[in-house]
Amino acid sequence: MPLLFQFFRIAAITFAGELLSLLLPLPVPGSIYGLLLLLVLLLTGLLKLRQIERAADFLLQIMPVLFIGPCVSLLPAMGIVADNLVAILAICLVTSLLVMAVTGLTAQWMLRRKEETTRD
Amino acid sequence: MTEALMESAYFGMVLSLVAFWVGLKVKARLRTPLLPPVLVATVLVIAVLLLLDIPYDTYAAGIEPLTWLLTPATVCLAVPLYRQLALLRRHWAAILVSVAAGCLACAVALLVCAKALGMSPELYHSLQPKSVTNAIALGISETLGGVTGITSLAVTASALLAVGLGNSLFRLLRITHPIAKGLALGNATHALGTAAAMELGEVEGAMSSLTIVVAGVMTVLLAPVFAGLL
Repeated sequence: MPLLFQFFRIAAITFAGELLSLLLPLPVPGSIYGLLLLLVLLLTGLLKLRQIERAADFLLQIMPVLFIGPCVSLLPAMGIVADNLVAILAICLVTSLLVMAVTGLTAQWMLRRKEETTRD
Repeated sequence: MTEALMESAYFGMVLSLVAFWVGLKVKARLRTPLLPPVLVATVLVIAVLLLLDIPYDTYAAGIEPLTWLLTPATVCLAVPLYRQLALLRRHWAAILVSVAAGCLACAVALLVCAKALGMSPELYHSLQPKSVTNAIALGISETLGGVTGITSLAVTASALLAVGLGNSLFRLLRITHPIAKGLALGNATHALGTAAAMELGEVEGAMSSLTIVVAGVMTVLLAPVFAGLL
């Protein structure tokens, strides 16, 4: 039974997130409101980690399986993909390398600068 | 035979789970991060649907209960974030600035490509969230009016490319700091890269999993702004 209540708590937070997504005019998915809400509840101590931990870890573990459906939904969109496959892959390559280079270099620069100032 | 398959609402779920199991076996056998079980499973499911001539809608009805769990699972990403809080507190400035810079660079590059190639809005919106974790990307794509299948494909392809080329890029650009490596991998590759980052070291792994959520939330805020620019 306790495990079921853990799922209930997560479901309730998810529901609150979806409600916020409907009520607030921002184009933010309900799952993100739910994520932030759960984080706030944990940080403020209103919800203890152990009250949701087992159910949460279970959902996080099975997450890869949950993606099969959305991935297969590529099938009806195959037309658009086939026409643009080379473009899509090229864009993925360029942006992936760019994201890694920009993130890595910025982080390294900031961390080095901070380490130098703390040493002085 | 095909009709019998179509009548049961459990067909799609069983097919997906068997395909995922095969994916896990392949991963255990080949030990490479470049063949994640989801990718193997997706290819297998699509192959079976095409070979047996099963309509996509029949399959979709069966897989729906699993996809339905994706929203609460995404909410639970708050748990690893909460567990990594000490690390986030210590390096918050470097994390926020570098992840924001990466997300912004990606958004600008994509906009430039989209304009140059005369991309359709549908395709552009599908690609916009390509550098965040799949769960969040799908939410963004849906909100903007993209095609979730294309988004999944782009997220997976990007992650595979980044995992494959990450180490060479780090050497080329002399990125040696473990935290910087973790942030870079996490920002480009999400869950898939986190597995690769874990192999580099614990700090890299923790940073990478932290980035998944930070980048996800930032892209949620950035994407609508850039959506209007095409």
